[in-house]
Amino acid sequence: MTVDDTPEDEGELIACPQCDALYRVVSLDHGERANCTRCHTVLISSRRRAFARAAALSLTVVVLMIGATIFPFLSVSVAGLTNSSSVLDAALAFAGGPMFALSVAVAALIVLIPIARSVLVLYVLTPLVFGRKPFRHAVDAFRYAEAMRPWSMAEIFVIGVAVALVKVADLARVGFGPAFWMFAALVVVIVVQDSYINRWTIWKALDRSRQ
Amino acid sequence: MDDMESARPQQTVTARGSGLVACTRCSRVWPADRDICGRCHAPLQSRDPTALSRVWAWMAVGIICYIPANLYPMLLTQTLLSTSKSTIIGGAIELIHHGAVGIAIIIIVASVLIPMGKFVAIAYLALSLKHQVKLSAAARHRLYEYVEFIGRWSMIDVFVVAILSSLVQLSAVAAINPGPAAITFALSVIFTMLSAQSFDPRSIWDAEEEDTE
Ligand SMILES: [Zn+2]
Ligand SMILES: [Zn+2]
Repeated sequence: MTVDDTPEDEGELIACPQCDALYRVVSLDHGERANCTRCHTVLISSRRRAFARAAALSLTVVVLMIGATIFPFLSVSVAGLTNSSSVLDAALAFAGGPMFALSVAVAALIVLIPIARSVLVLYVLTPLVFGRKPFRHAVDAFRYAEAMRPWSMAEIFVIGVAVALVKVADLARVGFGPAFWMFAALVVVIVVQDSYINRWTIWKALDRSRQ
Repeated sequence: MDDMESARPQQTVTARGSGLVACTRCSRVWPADRDICGRCHAPLQSRDPTALSRVWAWMAVGIICYIPANLYPMLLTQTLLSTSKSTIIGGAIELIHHGAVGIAIIIIVASVLIPMGKFVAIAYLALSLKHQVKLSAAARHRLYEYVEFIGRWSMIDVFVVAILSSLVQLSAVAAINPGPAAITFALSVIFTMLSAQSFDPRSIWDAEEEDTE
């Protein structure tokens, strides 16, 4: 049995998660989307090889994020003194004393949650791409990946970096490390990856391949 | 882009109206008496009667955290010549004095206008379920989507503080450290996000259906 990523069960019902409107599932051509007529939420989107692309992009996110955490991110120098900082240093900036909890939260929002989400998506989609049965607990894995979505804040961090650079510009000279460019690329990859993940299609595929 | 064909055209049919319960996680519908979704294992509940109290409770803690976030300093800056503490607004004013008006606007929008706007918008949405309001259900739904989408962006200032404090550590020449407002501000953003997530947008439409009947 192969698992295709196009919806095909004409008779099945689907309810808009945002407004509870009830529809019959329509089958879509690649590149088409079906929206709720009442609140315009995207219910189903069909894209060619969506699972394979989402999986490949998730792998890219993991690799780039590991690189972006290890390599130097930014450096400042003033009056002969230089300090360089990695993304992890930024996350752990609050590590001293009562601010520790904030450090953990920042590390989670900009590094851990984006990585965890991509790893979970990979775990869920890889077997589906190859037409195999889903791995154990794939349903739970996808559930956690979806719950993490609003808390993955890499793109917001990048805007934060831009603001910080302006603030620091008249205090010191700023140098960019390789991690800076990796992180910038990461934001683009995350946005594209999100556009290939359609919740309904993935849930449907998990459901179908379990039977 | 195709719009879905309604199960019964002309008038919108809801899952609840058809004696079904919809899973908000995976969109599957089940008979009304089922309580766990067989597809994604989410608990099923046609409408959660406690949702609104959770919206108000998270919002209350969000507002409580937002007050000290504005009164206490966000950044402590030490240079050879001076030591200064700046609050969110103070930091933005400093940026304007340095000529970085665009960046000051980003900070004011992300740290003042978005959080304040969110408190007002969520309160308005919650009140609109019990009281007659001017905006249509469609307009209120759009407002809810904006709130959900934009709320996370308030975190910008926390990240700015994190980057500056890790980067600018040049012994006596210049050092930037986080102030207590960084933690209360981050908490305020998190609680307000939880408040928006607790709101069930389906209730916006329920009220309208009851009106037209
Ligand atoms: Zn809808
Ligand atoms: Zn479900």
